Amino acid sequence: MDNAARSQKEKQLIAACIISLVIFAAGWLTLPILSAKILLAVVLLLIAGTLFFSNDTGRYVCKRILLALITVLIIAAITFFSMNAIPGGPFSKEKAPSAAVQAVLEERFHLNEPLGTQFLLYLEGLMQGNFCISTKTGREISTTIFESFAISAKLGGYAALIAIVLGLCFGSIAALNRAKTADRVIIFFTTLFVAVPSFIMATLLLLVFCLKLGWFPIFSTSNQSYVLPVIALMLSPMSYITRLTKTSMLDVLGQDYIRTARAKGVKQSLVIFKHALKNALIPVITYVGPMMAYILTGSMVVETVFTTGGLGTKFVQGISNRDYPMIMGTTIFLATLMVTMTLISDLIYKVVDPRINFD
Amino acid sequence: MSNVPLLQVKNLHTSFITDAGEVKAVNGISYNLDRGKVLGIVGESGSGKSVSAYSVMRILTDTGRVTQGEVLFNGEDILKYTPQQMQSFRGSRISMIFQDPMTCLNPVFTVGSQLREAIRIHTDRTKEQINARALEMLQLVGVNEPEKRLRQYPHELSGGMRQRVMIAMALACEPDILIADEPTTALDVTIQAQILELMQNLQKKMGMAIIMITHDLGVIADICDEIIVMYAGKVCERGTADEIFYNPRHEYTKGLIRSIPRVTEKHEKLVPIAGSPVDLLNLPKGCAFASRCECAMKICLTEQPEETWVNDSHIAACWNNVKRMYEESKGGEAR
Ligand SMILES: Nc1ncnc2c1ncn2[C@@H]1O[C@H](COP(=O)(O)OP(=O)(O)OP(=O)(O)O)[C@@H](O)[C@H]1O
Ligand SMILES: [Mg+2]
Repeated sequence: MDNAARSQKEKQLIAACIISLVIFAAGWLTLPILSAKILLAVVLLLIAGTLFFSNDTGRYVCKRILLALITVLIIAAITFFSMNAIPGGPFSKEKAPSAAVQAVLEERFHLNEPLGTQFLLYLEGLMQGNFCISTKTGREISTTIFESFAISAKLGGYAALIAIVLGLCFGSIAALNRAKTADRVIIFFTTLFVAVPSFIMATLLLLVFCLKLGWFPIFSTSNQSYVLPVIALMLSPMSYITRLTKTSMLDVLGQDYIRTARAKGVKQSLVIFKHALKNALIPVITYVGPMMAYILTGSMVVETVFTTGGLGTKFVQGISNRDYPMIMGTTIFLATLMVTMTLISDLIYKVVDPRINFD
Repeated sequence: MSNVPLLQVKNLHTSFITDAGEVKAVNGISYNLDRGKVLGIVGESGSGKSVSAYSVMRILTDTGRVTQGEVLFNGEDILKYTPQQMQSFRGSRISMIFQDPMTCLNPVFTVGSQLREAIRIHTDRTKEQINARALEMLQLVGVNEPEKRLRQYPHELSGGMRQRVMIAMALACEPDILIADEPTTALDVTIQAQILELMQNLQKKMGMAIIMITHDLGVIADICDEIIVMYAGKVCERGTADEIFYNPRHEYTKGLIRSIPRVTEKHEKLVPIAGSPVDLLNLPKGCAFASRCECAMKICLTEQPEETWVNDSHIAACWNNVKRMYEESKGGEAR
């Protein structure tokens, strides 16, 4: 019985291998560009992984990466085609170059090819890390993105880290001192910070601490100048995490397994920081993925207020300049980032909560 | 061994401070438990069985307080222990298992890690020894494939399995007393019987004393040396199992016995106890059961019945019993 099932499975495996090899060979021969061939190979491997990994986690990871790839591909397509559907091109300016020059440029950037081919060429470029060049500045977009992302990542990274750490601490403190002064103070401020939109917070901070009091410098490369934008970015997510931690901590502390832990003789501190916190974390983790998104997109406002030159600023600039390759590049980059974040937070979720069933 | 009982609970009172006022959940219960004996605590839902056990373990929630009384373990008052002393006491001298095994194990840790933790806290064994002990305990409580179970999470086990794991965890450090708070209520009938049998066997093997809490008098009929019947946080009646079953003196106990389903007398109707439980926020002046008691007298409404000895292994707190004993003694004189 068991043996039969196993040999059945082996047969399936061999069949699938042959089929995927055939698809792979056909694709390799017909697809015009090398990176598309490689993409095909990766996708086939992932599908194989989805089907034949013996443990759930491996299968799940394959499936999720596959879905992530497809998502990014779809987003790239939507952005590409909608950008092309907008009337006007790179040469529709007041001082347009002569027709001959336009023709040469179109030839050089493949603008005379059909749209489908252009998209494939664009994808090919993307896979090699080539995001085209800006129609405004003429610089490589990839360089702009990576330079400005370094700033955004530093801002967002600090903000996320501080928001999570402080949020968890304040939330636990509030839960353990329920209805006492500490709890009331924490809840008052977190309500305030959740309610005030980040652009008002950013402007206020800039006005008071930078311009009036002069405690912090205008944004530059110095570490000090990061303080205010990081605060502006992290206040609202921190407050949200605090409130989330408090509610889930209170809920967890009333659970039967906490009583079991105490009845076993576990130290009070361990009851809270081991038995309760790990459970209380679960709803918080679900929030952290979207929070990263908030920090990255919310950063557009905050970054513009502080003129940090981060990715958010560049994105907004790209839109106001109608710099289509720039908009496309940043959109696809942000989308990839977001998909990756969600994937990571889902995987962490599985590590913390073993009850999550992937299938 | 001295002749001090292993556990003496004296006049224990426990209250919860709530927004609505002081909920008096336990109102002066006393009992003794000797080494290796089984004590049953019976009473309907809300009669304070769990709270009295939590008071002994000192695991009440923040709002709960023991307001009066003593809990002597080998003659020492554990209510006076520091939190540190209490930590090393819980789980090693007195352990507890609970009503709902589905929610009593921490869902995010493996069975093995929770079991090993219980052992690690109270011993200084090496990792290998702890592991070996964990395996041994699982085998002892009859969990199949113990190696695999150690690596599993609670949600991968059935309810009966989880209760066995709870028992293994509670007994891992060979406590002197095991408090079992309705250990079978949440399980189906066949599993109930298995768990009860397991507990009896383990008691024979390891020799600990057991406090068996239940709302079902039938469940504990044959395993208890002594039974306490509780109502509204008070002891109504206390005595050997035989005395409670065949010579009940409190109207509430009689009601409980009438409400046990019997296999032999199929056609006899089950008689529920009429009325609803007493309001613990405003305890009546007299006997708490008086408003539901069929034989209530005037005095029952105005004065609390005192615990009276029926014989040297039986106490009841009921005015009807006092009256009956008085009449019997008079009748005896007259004869
Ligand atoms: N944390 C609490 N706050 C307020 N009142 C409480 C609290 N815990 C228990 N009580 C009250 O104490 C009384 C006794 O509760 P307890 O849990 O001991 O009942 P029980 O006899 O164990 O019942 P069951 O058979 O349902 O387990 C109940 O009326 C309950 O409302
Ligand atoms: Mg109970």
